Amino acid sequence: MTKLWDFNGGIHPAENKEISTGRSIQVAGIPAQLVLPLQQHLGAPAEPSVNVGDRVLKGQKIADVSHGKCVPVHAPTSGVIESIGDYPVPHPSGMADRCIVLKPDGKDEWCERFPISDYRSLERDQVLGIIHSAGIAGMGGAGFPTDIKLKPPRDRKVDTLILNGAECEPYITADDMTMRERADKVVAGLKIMAWILRPERCVIGIEDNKPEAAVALREAIQGTQIEIAVIPTKYPSGGEKQLIQILTGMEVPSGGIPADIGVICQNIGTAVAVAQAVFEGSPLISRVVTVTGEALERPGNFDVLLGTPMTYLLEQAGLQPDRVSRLVLGGPMMGYTLNTTAVPVIKTSNCIIAATASELPAPPPEQACIRCGQCAEVCPMELLPQQLFWHAKATEFEKAEHLNLFDCIECGACSYVCPSSIPLVQYYRYAKGEIRVQRAEQLKADRARERFEARQERLEREQQEKELRRKERAKAAAEAQAKKKAEAEKAADSGEAVDERAAKSALVEQALARKKASTEASTAKATATAEPELELPDLETLEKQFTQAQSKLESMQAMLEDAKAQQADNVDKLERAVAKNHDRVKRAEEALADARKTLAAQTEPQSIK
Amino acid sequence: MAFVQQSSPHAHKARPTSKVMLWVILAALPGLLAQTLFFGWGNLINVVWCIAIALASEAAVLKLRSKPIAFVLKDNTAAVTGLLLGLSMPQFAPWWVSAVAVISAIVIAKQLYGGLGSNPFNPAMVGYALVLISFPVAMTTNWAEPALLWEGAPSFGDTLAAIASGQQTAVDGWTMATPLDEYKHKIGSHTASEVLAHPTFGEGVARGWEWVNAAFLLGGLVLIGLRIITWHIPAAFLGALIVMSLAFGSNADQFAPLSLHLLAGGTMLGAFFIATDPVSAATSHQGKLIYGAGIGVLIYLIRSWGNYPDAVAFSVLLMNFAVPFIDHYTPPRTYGHHKPRRGFSGGGRS
Ligand code: SF4
Ligand code: SF4
Repeated sequence: MTKLWDFNGGIHPAENKEISTGRSIQVAGIPAQLVLPLQQHLGAPAEPSVNVGDRVLKGQKIADVSHGKCVPVHAPTSGVIESIGDYPVPHPSGMADRCIVLKPDGKDEWCERFPISDYRSLERDQVLGIIHSAGIAGMGGAGFPTDIKLKPPRDRKVDTLILNGAECEPYITADDMTMRERADKVVAGLKIMAWILRPERCVIGIEDNKPEAAVALREAIQGTQIEIAVIPTKYPSGGEKQLIQILTGMEVPSGGIPADIGVICQNIGTAVAVAQAVFEGSPLISRVVTVTGEALERPGNFDVLLGTPMTYLLEQAGLQPDRVSRLVLGGPMMGYTLNTTAVPVIKTSNCIIAATASELPAPPPEQACIRCGQCAEVCPMELLPQQLFWHAKATEFEKAEHLNLFDCIECGACSYVCPSSIPLVQYYRYAKGEIRVQRAEQLKADRARERFEARQERLEREQQEKELRRKERAKAAAEAQAKKKAEAEKAADSGEAVDERAAKSALVEQALARKKASTEASTAKATATAEPELELPDLETLEKQFTQAQSKLESMQAMLEDAKAQQADNVDKLERAVAKNHDRVKRAEEALADARKTLAAQTEPQSIK
Repeated sequence: MAFVQQSSPHAHKARPTSKVMLWVILAALPGLLAQTLFFGWGNLINVVWCIAIALASEAAVLKLRSKPIAFVLKDNTAAVTGLLLGLSMPQFAPWWVSAVAVISAIVIAKQLYGGLGSNPFNPAMVGYALVLISFPVAMTTNWAEPALLWEGAPSFGDTLAAIASGQQTAVDGWTMATPLDEYKHKIGSHTASEVLAHPTFGEGVARGWEWVNAAFLLGGLVLIGLRIITWHIPAAFLGALIVMSLAFGSNADQFAPLSLHLLAGGTMLGAFFIATDPVSAATSHQGKLIYGAGIGVLIYLIRSWGNYPDAVAFSVLLMNFAVPFIDHYTPPRTYGHHKPRRGFSGGGRS
């Protein structure tokens, strides 16, 4: 018996699952047109790799990975690309997005496939590659690319692989029926994922309202290490964080991912897709969708080609247009309403509810909050829904954030129980949206400021560089004159230097010689302060020479240190050279100081004037 | 085809506030029945009168504030306030005393603070405390002597006359100090057994009162069973009262015994029906425990060393004051967070 934990709160809404479990999974067939959004997953949209007018085969890649987190899109059947453009897609905002429209030719002709029977003989990365190019993204809701999820950061050891068969939302039975009828594929897919991740524990969580599914899976896992955990029915037990808590007793840290605590959760549909990708070589081109609600004559689960318009699917289920009042994509707790049936089925669509007015009635008017605390009691995230509501309503977003607004999973349990019919989740979405907008604006403002500052800095730098160049020109002129004056002395010294160059530490001595020359030159300049017209450039030259001498000395000292460390035989010589250089630097410094003094004495009265 | 556009969730539990309040009213009926059986018609008349005044004053204020009257009255919260006051008033309290209590509860404590949900203080207890201070005599001398309804309690007419006239002539001889009052004022000069010989205590703990408290306890358990209230406040309330009594009140010649504390006053009504008023109570489970325990402790302190023999109203109001602080310092630990953000460290650590 698997040890189970409980999560805080939760509710028991009417399940209404029997509406769609009466029939086995039906094949929905090929509609007249398939509309395939380029983004059916979380991340960056794919890029079309076909042109309008191209004939494509079933399973052929028609949009490929552009960049970032992305999965490709495949043709669900053979046909001709009719157009590429913006069409309504399933989204809470009812927006349109880029889609590829495919006109099926009815032949349903497959492209070449490469099934693999013994995936264990491949590298794990190769299998991940197969999963990636099959276009598989989490089929439970968010649509996170599966291959990325199966490749957690190297420092994260995956202890537990969870297959989420809880399906706690009322109405939805897609996973239930899949487990009942395709248990072998579910387990095969799970085994592949387990082989990739090598977890210590591999467990399928199923709510106890799906006994048939549990029986089917029990049979399918014979002879494997896979556990089946039948968990009490309570919404939202199928929420990833809640299921992890139920099965492991651990909590996903706020702002973190399950992999942070060594857990990875996968969805039933995803497991089937993985099995099909590996064993059949088929990409993800269809999925099981629950089509349910009292406004349908033949509700049930359908195996639907991706891109199938809801209109077609609802017709298959016998939609009674005069009875339907609300179309919900997803479950009644977390799904969103559609304003048109023109949107297609995508990788993440698990359920569509065509509800009558009496089935999902409009909530009674909102009343004052009576602080009854029932919302807090049912909140699976242990938030304070009531306080969040007050703050959201008063647009005190900071306070709402302080109360962990962003940990809210929008499960709707609080709204469900609120005796005053306050649409709490709506307030939270509003607050979250506002905060995101504010943040984006803040970011924009920050960027603008950064850009401005960068520009200021650049201008300043350019100015400084100009100044520097001007000074350098002046220095160069001064140096030329100084050189001339020092020529005689330098000649004598360089003879000596040439001799020394022959010695072992030729390099060091060369530097030394140059140092000597320049230092002496500067001494000469210092004595030449009597010439007033040379005063100003002289000081600059002296300064330069002093710093040069200093840096030479430093590098020589470094050389000496190295030599000492290596016990080289030129240590003595170097030591002497360094000592000599010390004197030279000192002299240069003195000369510079003198020059400065003289200069100050002369320029002061001028500057006062 | 136009479809309904709505934000999730699309399903709702059908237990609106009005039903919750209706359940509170129903759960209080056993208590009212026991009061009537053991003390005559007084409480019943008070309850009807108080509910009527409550609805009327709520409607009047709503009209002044230009709010939808029927929509708000239907939430039944005004009726509950009236009911609680009716159950708490002395059986023969003059009609105007009850009216003042109810009107100040609804108009001042509730509506002037912004109406349902915005009132920091329990409206019924504000009204009760107000008349207790303003009409101390009326509030202490009008308690009925325990007498079975079918065995000689004053008739309905006599009771009504007493309430309507404010004169006790009609029910002369049928009034008596409450057991807690009796004990408190006699125990200084008498021994416990002498005090307990008084007819108000009867054979058991306190004649009639024990049954009334038992009936409110029963109603309260029903509310917990229906998940209309949680166990936290009543349990902490009663638990604290018991602990205080065991710790300080072991000498019956000095302090009222535990059984009297639990069964003689407004304890059970207070623990299950008054302290649990959600609007003015703490919200988190931990907060509710602190809040309930605070009330229990205060009740014991006021009863034992204060001037009032029963102290539910003052204790509840004092803890209402503390609710914002309690709420602030008892946030739950959110999933995935190590610790709740508390305002101060302390407690818990030893
Ligand atoms: S459930 Fe509704 S009425 Fe009750 S505290 Fe929460 S928000 Fe307020
Ligand atoms: S919607 Fe958010 S606040 Fe409400 S119960 Fe779910 S997690 Fe808690």
